[in-house]
Amino acid sequence: MGRHVVLIEDEPNITEAIRFLLTRDGWSVDAHTDGATAVEVIRDANPDLVILDLMLPGKSGLEIVRELRGGEGMTALPVLMLTARGQMRDREMAEKAGVTRFMTKPFSNAEVLTAVRDLHAQAGQG
Amino acid sequence: MARDTLTGSRIRERRLILGLRQAELAREAGISASYLNLIEHNRRRIGGKLLVDIAGVLGVEPSMLSEGAEAALISTLREAAADSGVPVAELDRVDEFAGRFPGWAEVLAAGHRRIATLERTVETLSDRLTHDPNLAASVHEVLSTAAAIRSTASILAETGELEPEWRDRFHKNLNEDSLRLSESSRALVSFLDEGDAGEDRRGMPQEEAEAFFQNNGFHFPALEEGSAEPEDLLENEPALASEAARSLARAALEQYRADARVMPLKALARELQSTVISPVALARRFGCGLPAVLRRLAALPEEVLGHEAGLVICDASGTLLFRKPVTGFAMPRFGASCPLWPLYTALVNPHVPVRRNVVQQGRNTAAFDCLAVAWPQNQPDFGEDPLYRAVMLILPGAKDAQDPQPVGASCRICPRRGCTARREPSILKEEF
Repeated sequence: MGRHVVLIEDEPNITEAIRFLLTRDGWSVDAHTDGATAVEVIRDANPDLVILDLMLPGKSGLEIVRELRGGEGMTALPVLMLTARGQMRDREMAEKAGVTRFMTKPFSNAEVLTAVRDLHAQAGQG
Repeated sequence: MARDTLTGSRIRERRLILGLRQAELAREAGISASYLNLIEHNRRRIGGKLLVDIAGVLGVEPSMLSEGAEAALISTLREAAADSGVPVAELDRVDEFAGRFPGWAEVLAAGHRRIATLERTVETLSDRLTHDPNLAASVHEVLSTAAAIRSTASILAETGELEPEWRDRFHKNLNEDSLRLSESSRALVSFLDEGDAGEDRRGMPQEEAEAFFQNNGFHFPALEEGSAEPEDLLENEPALASEAARSLARAALEQYRADARVMPLKALARELQSTVISPVALARRFGCGLPAVLRRLAALPEEVLGHEAGLVICDASGTLLFRKPVTGFAMPRFGASCPLWPLYTALVNPHVPVRRNVVQQGRNTAAFDCLAVAWPQNQPDFGEDPLYRAVMLILPGAKDAQDPQPVGASCRICPRRGCTARREPSILKEEF
C-alpha cells in the first residue's frame, strides 16, 4: 500500500510541481483547490499526510486545521502548511491551530521533500 | 496650585509679553506697584473691578487672566505627562506651568499632539502591512507565483530524465508563471505607489515638493517666460500641504528661475539643435557653471532635449535633496542611495566633472550616461569650511557603453554580491 497525501492548493502550477515530486517519491497525491470542501475531502481520504495552503478560497488553511483537530481520528495527522505569510505571528497562530510544520513560499523542492519525509517518519508510518 | 489662584502669574506673564514695567501697569490700574507685586506673586487674590481694569490695560478678556490657559491645554499637558512614562513630580503644578509659560506649554502640547498623530500613522502603516487584504492578496500572488516558478524550474534543471510530455508541460507552466509574475509584481508596485500618494504619506516635505514638481513635469513655462514669480506657482497648490514643503519647493523654483535666466529656453534649444550635448561647451557658451547646465538640461521638456533626463542633487552628507526620476534608473525613496553612483565620486572631488556609464544591478541591462559635478553651496570664506553639493544628470541610452560600471539603487534592494560598498544586507536573497 503506497503512502497517500492530500494536497489542498489553489495554485495549479504549484500543485503540478508537488504532484510530480511526490509521485516520483512514491506517494499517491490527491489534489484539491477548494478550502470549503477540504475538511470533508481529507476525512474521506484519511491520508498519511496533508499539505495545505494558508490562503484558500472558501475557507482558510487555519480554519481547516482547527476543524480537523477538533474532530475524531485526525489529531495526529501530519499537516504541512504552505504560505506566503512568514511572520512570527502567523507561525504562532498556525502552531496553535495544530499545524505540524510551516513552510514559507517560495520554497525549494528539496525542502518540501525533506519536510514530507520527516513528518511521515515522525508520525511512525515511515 | 489651583488654576484660579494663578491669576497673578498670568497678569505678570501678559505684562512681560507687552514689555510693560510693573510700575506702569500699577499706575494705569490705579494701584501701588507693591500691591501689584503681591498680586503678581499670587499673594493677594484679585477679582471684580480691579481685574477688569488690569485686563483692560493688558488688552485681554478678564477671563483670560482669571481662568488662564484653556482647559484643553491643561488636559493635553496631563496626557503628555502620563504618556511619557516618566514620573513627573510637578504634575500637580501643571496649571501653574500653563499659566506662567503659555507659549512653552503650547509647544509641549503641540509636540504631544504631533507624536500622537505620528503614532497613529505608524499604526495605520503597520496595520496596512499586516491586515490590508489587497496588499496581502497582492504579496500572496507574487510569492505563490515565485514558488511555482522555483519548483518548476528546479524540476526542469535537476531531474535527469524527464519524459517529453512532462517537460513540455513544465515549460508551458514556466512561461505562464513568468508572465503572471511580471503582471502581479507590477500590480504590487502600483498598489504601493497609490498608497504612497495617499494621506498616510502627508507630512513629508520632500515628498510633497517632489509631487509638486512631478505634477508640473519638472518644467515651468511661466518661470521661463518671466510671467510669474515662484510664489505665484506655490499659491493654492494642493500637493504642498506643509509650510516646510512650500519652503523646499520655493528654493527649488528660485534655483530653476536663476538657471533659466542664464540659459533661456530658446537660446538653449538652438544650441542643442546644432551640436550634440556637451555640458562643458554649454557652460562656456552661456558663461555659467557646470552644475547650472546639468540642472537646466534636466528641466528641459523632452521634445527640446530629445529624450528623457533624470537628475539627483545631494548635500555634503550624501542625502538626496532633489530627485527627478528617469525610466529604468531606480532611486530610493527613503534612506541612502548607492555609494557607487558617480554623484558621490563627484562629491569627494569637488569641481571635477565626472562622467560614467553605469548600469543598475537587478533591473535591466540599459546603460545610463551619468554626468556629475560638486560645487560649493556657499561663497567660500577664510576660516570657514566650504559646504559642497553635488548634482548628477542621468541620460538614458549611454553611447558606446564599454563595460559600464555596475551600480545599485540602495543596499536593501540591491542583489549585487561581494560589493565593497555594501552598508547593509539586501532583502533580495538571490539575484533576479
